[in-house]
Amino acid sequence: MVSARCSVGAIVSGWHRVRSGGQAFAAAPRSFSVLLIPFACLAFATMANAADVIPVPEFTDHEVPISMPAAGDHSGWEWLNVGLLVVALSLASYFALVNRSRRGLFLLAVASLAWFGFIRGGCICPIGATQNVTLAIFDGTYAIPWTVVAIFVLPLVYTLFFGRTFCSSVCPLGAIQEIVAVRPVRVPSWVDHTLGLVPYLYLGLAVLYAATGTAFIICRYDPFVSMFRLSGNVNMLVFGGALLVLGVFVGRPYCRYLCPYGAILGVLSKGSKWHAKIAPEKCITCHLCENSCPYGAISAPSSPPPKSERAAARRQLAQMIVLAPVLILLGLFVGRLLATPLSKLDPDVRLAERIILEDSGDVEDTTDASDAFRNTGQPKAELFASALSIQQRFKTLGMLIGGWFGFVIAVKLISLSLKRKRTDYQPDPSRCVSCARCYWYCPGEQVRLGIIGDVSELVELNVEKPTALETTP
Amino acid sequence: MPLEEKQQDRREFITDAVRTTGVVAVVGSGGFLAGRRTEGEPMVWQLDPDKCTACGNCATYCVLDVSAVKCFNAFDMCGFCDICTGYFEMDYKSLDTAAENQACPTGAILREFVEEKSGQRYYEYTIDEPLCIGCGKCVEGCALMNGSLYLQVEHDRCLDCNECAIATACPTEAFYRVPASQAEILKRRAATVLNARGKQMERVAGDDESKRREADALLARTAKQRDWREKQALEDANRRPSDG
Repeated sequence: MVSARCSVGAIVSGWHRVRSGGQAFAAAPRSFSVLLIPFACLAFATMANAADVIPVPEFTDHEVPISMPAAGDHSGWEWLNVGLLVVALSLASYFALVNRSRRGLFLLAVASLAWFGFIRGGCICPIGATQNVTLAIFDGTYAIPWTVVAIFVLPLVYTLFFGRTFCSSVCPLGAIQEIVAVRPVRVPSWVDHTLGLVPYLYLGLAVLYAATGTAFIICRYDPFVSMFRLSGNVNMLVFGGALLVLGVFVGRPYCRYLCPYGAILGVLSKGSKWHAKIAPEKCITCHLCENSCPYGAISAPSSPPPKSERAAARRQLAQMIVLAPVLILLGLFVGRLLATPLSKLDPDVRLAERIILEDSGDVEDTTDASDAFRNTGQPKAELFASALSIQQRFKTLGMLIGGWFGFVIAVKLISLSLKRKRTDYQPDPSRCVSCARCYWYCPGEQVRLGIIGDVSELVELNVEKPTALETTP
Repeated sequence: MPLEEKQQDRREFITDAVRTTGVVAVVGSGGFLAGRRTEGEPMVWQLDPDKCTACGNCATYCVLDVSAVKCFNAFDMCGFCDICTGYFEMDYKSLDTAAENQACPTGAILREFVEEKSGQRYYEYTIDEPLCIGCGKCVEGCALMNGSLYLQVEHDRCLDCNECAIATACPTEAFYRVPASQAEILKRRAATVLNARGKQMERVAGDDESKRREADALLARTAKQRDWREKQALEDANRRPSDG
């Protein structure tokens, strides 16, 4: 022990003596530091071995300060956020279903945007919580705060009872788009249906990457969070801005064509106990509401196809059902091919590829990551083996995601082939976000409010009666 | 129409059943997950200075205007450098204490002469935290010498994003989540030195209660660090075989 003390003392004091030669150092800083490296390494190694015997300088009356980062603050904000989420969800459901107040919903949207968006920086986010919940399911060591679980679960439960009232005016991402949707145009239905599949694919990818602990892609590509924080990645600011500009003409582009949580809510909303209704009592099929919806979520009355076409319709449905397994198998196959690009989000895979490229001379320069890796002196074989095993894992995961997407397309095709009978104008529960814009356009609503008398028996506006269609041969 | 009513009833029954199952499933799995929270404390992002290469991404990629990553100084390892390479640019022709020679782009490092003892001048290099942007230029310089300057996430600034923008941009995966109580990850060497100081203080404290408390605090800080590192190493060792 004594000898260790001597040797470390000698090295450290020698080191200081060399370094106090400021003139020599100033004259040739580079060569000096090169000389110093092996020396410093020696000091490193000895210090680690003799941890307790490093002489710490003592001063006559100087206190050597200690600096360290502040401790994390995990106070009541989270509780408050969950509480406010419950209040906002309840209010939104009340405004949409009971009070039928567009003004109430709009004000609530503004308030949610201000609080959950700008004040809390967009981070009470059930959309992003999807990933935390997924990771918590797949990784037992990941500790998920109960507030995150609550933030994920509460809108789901509310949706099962009241429809997507969370989307209407609680979600700040929805709120910011709701406010800018002033000149909506009708999106062609085939575009709407096709782009409407994207959220399911996005959801699948988000779950896949979260489950493997690779990345939280929903947060990485959150278009509005940098806007809420008035800072952040320029690309995302531009993306968010572009979505908002688009949102003036195409209602809620993020909610309809990207939001993975919206996909879940859409499915759950199909079975909601109570859902926003356009006509408070009886629909007189006046179709005035149809154009009022910026989100293309109002389904017009329809009737089953006439007898002559029924066989064809049935055949189409049968075809789609047969096609389903084919689509899923095709998805599995394509997914397997996509395994390599999918795995590129993993930093180890990227690093391994980069090292291979550099070694083969295909690229001239190096990256920070490859430099750092080479400096550690870790064996390359280890890195390559780890990258390969990750890629292998992505082969299975790629197939899963491909299969999932095949399934989603199949379900869509089948649902499009199903002809349902509808006598009224109704909100499509999966697409309607309960924004209450259509209410005001409904004469029934005006009657309910006592603004006009009862019109239902005076006006016969539905020119094309379903019964008329029935009788045509 | 009784048939239609019957159909309607049946449909309602089925949707009610499905919905009830849905609510039970959602709340149940939510409760199950929330129950797991007891298994660990909240996690926060932190930077492992032993893995840090001072690439400058912390300053560029943090979602905050001024990065939540700041530089800290393990003072016990520092101060003997008359020419601090974290404080001065490395390759200027003539070095003096003029601002253009400073490594720090915002002039956040303050240098104060403390005393001269047997020909050894001792300085104190403090970091003016509000000015620090976490670019790591001083760390890069200092890393050649003894690495007493190191970057850390300031938890009172960090928004604790679900996906840390710096972590995704960090070339060496030096960013990871640590339990909130483990506020700091010291450089291994800094931890060693601080531990040594704690031991020394303990030895010389004698009856001085305040000195002893200070020594205890220092030792607790390094012990926490050591325990965390050990736990991490154990987890790594456990994880590896299952991955391969």
